[in-house]
Amino acid sequence: MDKSRRISIMILAGTIILFIISWIIKSNALQTSGMEGSLAIRDAFLITLAAFLTLAIFSFLYKDNPYYKFAEHLFVGVSAAYWMCVGFWSTFVGNFIPKVSTSLSEFFKVPPKGFEIHYFIPLILGIMLLMRLSSKAGWLSRWSLAFIVGTTAGLNLIRYLRTDFITQVSNTFVPLLVDWKGIGPFFSDFSLSASGQAVMTLANWVIFVGVFSGLIYFFFSKEHKGFFGGASRVGIWVLMVTFGASFGYTVMGRVSLLVGRLTFLFSDWLGLVN
Amino acid sequence: MNNIGIIISVVIIVLGLLWLAIRSLTGREVERRIIFLFMGLAVSLPLIFNITFSEKATPVVRNIFNKIESLPAGSRILISFDYGPSMAPEVEPMSNAFIRHSLAKGHKVILMGLWATGQSLSATAVQDIIKPEFPDKIDGVDYINIGYKAGNQGVLNVIITDFRKMYATDVNGVNLDSVAIFKGIKSLRDMDLMISVGGGFPGVKEWVLFAADPGNIPLAGGSAAVSAPTYYPYYPRQLIGLLGGIKGAAEYESEIKKHYPRFADMPTPGIKMMGPQTLAHLIVMAFIVIGNLSFFFAKRKKIDG
Repeated sequence: MDKSRRISIMILAGTIILFIISWIIKSNALQTSGMEGSLAIRDAFLITLAAFLTLAIFSFLYKDNPYYKFAEHLFVGVSAAYWMCVGFWSTFVGNFIPKVSTSLSEFFKVPPKGFEIHYFIPLILGIMLLMRLSSKAGWLSRWSLAFIVGTTAGLNLIRYLRTDFITQVSNTFVPLLVDWKGIGPFFSDFSLSASGQAVMTLANWVIFVGVFSGLIYFFFSKEHKGFFGGASRVGIWVLMVTFGASFGYTVMGRVSLLVGRLTFLFSDWLGLVN
Repeated sequence: MNNIGIIISVVIIVLGLLWLAIRSLTGREVERRIIFLFMGLAVSLPLIFNITFSEKATPVVRNIFNKIESLPAGSRILISFDYGPSMAPEVEPMSNAFIRHSLAKGHKVILMGLWATGQSLSATAVQDIIKPEFPDKIDGVDYINIGYKAGNQGVLNVIITDFRKMYATDVNGVNLDSVAIFKGIKSLRDMDLMISVGGGFPGVKEWVLFAADPGNIPLAGGSAAVSAPTYYPYYPRQLIGLLGGIKGAAEYESEIKKHYPRFADMPTPGIKMMGPQTLAHLIVMAFIVIGNLSFFFAKRKKIDG
């Protein structure tokens, strides 16, 4: 047995021993807090397993290793199985069975909704999609895929055109002087509150200038010189601020996920924090 | 404990950053694992020492709170769980806060999900939030969990005209025609407010595209931070408000605590996460500054040499 293999086996043995010790300690802690014996043992096992899987994923930060691979594959497998089971019970049993068979509805304990023959169309398309697994009949799946692509494109085209284009364009038509009653009232009622006249006016100007200069930056039919060039440079700045905001939000999102896992480790597993 | 915690955390982080800055500026390599270690410390220390900051709701968050407040008791609020466990630490505080607020105000709450994983998370919310904190609320009368249906935006396209074409029963197999909460509800158009909590596909965007806009139904959103910037353009005309990442959740929690004394001791994971967030962001900013400085130092050295 070579040295690296011996070390791997020792690390595995150490991990198993640590797992068992952690499980026993957690079981005792749960029983002390008033949980019933068998429940405490079960919950302690699940918490310890979740903690070790979390640590296995974190171990990738050091370098790629078999523990990380195991946790990753387990996650993918469990997720796929979960989606399939939920899909079966919610769509096949929940939607299809009540529309095609009273006896099957009684078997699955769902209320029958009366026979509707057109519900067999998605069933046939679904079976055709599964034909992808066969090398000879794989071509049949293309019909189902074509149906999916066609309906999705058709549905999205209209909605995106209205919501993401027409309504968004109309959203940029904002008053550049909000509730304007003259210079006197503007200064006498001046407030820096977020819903105040000054801030709202400034916000609308930011939208106007941002959209205008951003559009100019992407207009390549005219050379970016003079006023056009200046507006284009403002457009770059607007884009940079947007990317910066997106990056900041991404950092916040990733840190939140890290906090979530560390909270689990410190609180649920180790009991260090309340 | 809080002040001592802040001092200890700041001292550890500042000393570490100084070491990092000196190492970088003198042109020596800094291993990526050191960066990971810093992030780990920045997040762990505020958690261990329970460092929190006070939050104040911004208009984009307060609008949702005010909308729920302004609806008459008994209004129908639909909350869609469009996320999975991997997103839960960030968006679960939002859905929990929405449920608490809606039920405390006396509204009828309908839970559903466009993600398969959303179904188990909405069931968890029923078990962990509704049943222990609102024991007087009855399943099928004050709230209902109708679960998940496959079809993404196709589901919305159907339920905007007829709920029962897609949902025959709730998650427990109870016929929707037999539950009190669904009496008088035909489609999404009968909702007084819809809230989508998520951050991926399908999520807030699909709710705007396929439900709120065509049906002219008020929609609020709770989004994972990564997707939030893409949803802000819908505010305020197509989206009445948006909780962007954990900051939005923390602001909403603070608003609930401020207005409802019964929630004074409620768990506030959003607010608690803002301590680690603040420190982690400061660290990232410091990394950017140190990285840029060492780049310019190295460039100048090259020119001088």
